[in-house]
Amino acid sequence: MDEELAQRLVERFAFLSKRTSKDCLSYFCPPENLVELATSLRDREGFEMLVDLTALDWGQENSPRFTTLYHFYSLALKIYLRIACDCPCNDKPDVPSLAAIYPAADWHEREVFDMFGITFAGHPNLKRILMWDEYPYHPLRKEFPLAGIETPLPAPDVVEVTNVSVKPAPMMGGPFVSPAEGNVSESEPRAKDESWTEEVEKTL
Amino acid sequence: MSTKEIVYDSKVEGEIVVTRADAVVNWIRQHSVWPMPMGLACCAIELMATAAPKFDISRFGMEVMRFSPRQADCMIVAGTVTYKMAEVVRRIYDQMGDPKWVVAMGACASTGGMYRSYAVLQGVDNIIPVDVYVSGCPPRPEALLDAMIKLQDKIGREPSVRNLRKSQGIASVA
Repeated sequence: MDEELAQRLVERFAFLSKRTSKDCLSYFCPPENLVELATSLRDREGFEMLVDLTALDWGQENSPRFTTLYHFYSLALKIYLRIACDCPCNDKPDVPSLAAIYPAADWHEREVFDMFGITFAGHPNLKRILMWDEYPYHPLRKEFPLAGIETPLPAPDVVEVTNVSVKPAPMMGGPFVSPAEGNVSESEPRAKDESWTEEVEKTL
Repeated sequence: MSTKEIVYDSKVEGEIVVTRADAVVNWIRQHSVWPMPMGLACCAIELMATAAPKFDISRFGMEVMRFSPRQADCMIVAGTVTYKMAEVVRRIYDQMGDPKWVVAMGACASTGGMYRSYAVLQGVDNIIPVDVYVSGCPPRPEALLDAMIKLQDKIGREPSVRNLRKSQGIASVA
């Protein structure tokens, strides 16, 4: 079934290029063909579900830096199809929106915009979905520290009373991860490197 | 001296009970705590269990959960307070009438818990004054009940009349 579909897809869409994958069928698609591909997948190939939409940040030193990922599912064929789309511009990544074709893409694209700063051309309501509108950063970008960056809270009257602002969280040698072996007392989540804290500098 | 002399004798004293104003005010307050369930994460599930028949918070006179802050006097912050939600929590707290108390339920509300991240306020006491902290992730219903009983004890120790006079701008009498 997979081979049959793979052959058909490659014949029909010359712009697709094979992407290594350990599970489902996976292809690269250029951003300019994305809408055409998604429309055909929905209307002609029976991929009626957009299961997930996310993005990858390969780091500032890499080009293309951002890749958006789409997982389609066919309820009739019971197979997944993964499409990866490299964003052409590293500074202002932009890909076409699929919200008009798959309504499921609407909120997912807003989340990717919020977390990675990738804009989706043609999205009906592209604004932040998790962080507040005034938040100046995109937290899932590689250069953003997990602890966060100091930012004012967006409510001046609350700040006036409480004097609170968004502060970097105390990491104390974190992030906190479980070694995931041994009994519970040993596998409790803990900082991987406990040699330093915010008070004691890290020594190399 | 027999014990008879210090017990209340209605024939001698009439229909009068003598006590301190603080004791009366606090007795009323501590046995009719109206909680405002500020459920923000999984702790809210345990909060619901606490209110359900098995643990039955009404045994302690605090089953009247009010979703309007104007009808509540104890905010139970049950869950992770994100920076985005912090503003809302503070505004709801401001809308509660005095006197009011706050219980920080669970690790997240108390300290940020396991969420050492850019999105989470590291303890709700950064924005509102907390009376009782409950440890646990999430705490068992018994732990919340214990905290609420401790809150009742705390209410019982308050100088309510002095606070009332202070808020009304009346000088306290010696």
